[in-house]
Amino acid sequence: MDQSQIFLAICGMAVVTCLPRILPALLLSGRRLSPWIARWLSFVPATVLAALLAPALLCPEHKLALSFDNIFLLAAIPTFAAAFFLKNFFVTVAVGMALVALARYFV
Amino acid sequence: MQSSMAAGLGRGLKIVVPVIFGYLPVGFAYGVLAEKSGLCLFNAVAMSVMVYAGSAQLIGTGLIAGGAGAAALIFTTFVVNLRHLLMSAALAPRLAAWKKWQVALFAAELTDETFALHSLRLTADTPKAETFAINLFAQAAWVLGSLAGFLAGGQMTQIRPIGLDYALPAMFIALLAPQVMKPLYLAMAVCAAALSVTLVLLGFGRAHVIIATIVCATCGAGFEAWINRRSS
Repeated sequence: MDQSQIFLAICGMAVVTCLPRILPALLLSGRRLSPWIARWLSFVPATVLAALLAPALLCPEHKLALSFDNIFLLAAIPTFAAAFFLKNFFVTVAVGMALVALARYFV
Repeated sequence: MQSSMAAGLGRGLKIVVPVIFGYLPVGFAYGVLAEKSGLCLFNAVAMSVMVYAGSAQLIGTGLIAGGAGAAALIFTTFVVNLRHLLMSAALAPRLAAWKKWQVALFAAELTDETFALHSLRLTADTPKAETFAINLFAQAAWVLGSLAGFLAGGQMTQIRPIGLDYALPAMFIALLAPQVMKPLYLAMAVCAAALSVTLVLLGFGRAHVIIATIVCATCGAGFEAWINRRSS
């Protein structure tokens, strides 16, 4: 894509991001989401994040990489621990990045 | 009136400071990756102004660098940001007395982090200046971080030594952990991870996220309904 095509794609990204943010707040004031939809949606964050994360950790080159050379996978363990115990989004991200940087420096 | 507005802005700024300190560095990481993925300065900043969604933007730079088309970019963004539906729905009752355009303006700037703040503080009589200040300052930090990252990216030859390529996986982990505190949600996340990896290994490397999400969210909702019915 050239830059003007990228800009058009960004406009599309903006629309599909904005609608799920705005529409429920506008349409649901006073009413509740149908329990079935609410229940289905409550599973979306956990499943979509896991589906996005797992290939980056387990098969970065589209091949299964279950070895000690896989820094991304190894760093995920303490990063999960940090997320679980510290419960702070930004500290967790910083821990993950610092671990990967350190691993590359020393290994 | 003027002074109460200023006071509201000040209180909002004070509340949002922790988010600002997070958005500056993560926005910076996005800016660097945007520069390395070949976006021009205008597009890199436009994405932070118009889309304003960290994980979608970081995935987006990866897709653009990988030569993906607009359709893949927009569809992936849609799926990743679908989670905002829930946050918006959760805040809706508290915005019932607001004017429609104010609700739209407020909701357009909902993110995981500002939602967390608003869900703890927003009531029917929270001052609007304070509420809008929180959103505005948070996004300003995100845009500034992106801009600084893009400019710094031009000076950087390597992003691997500072672990910048791990910004996105680390962000997913930070968002995922609080979502899997309940056993059924953890089980469904593990299933989605396994299904997603299997699909990638089988060569369905484009649709894996949406297939894994739809299948496992549906199974989770079905299981939960079944468990509720049996226990009631």
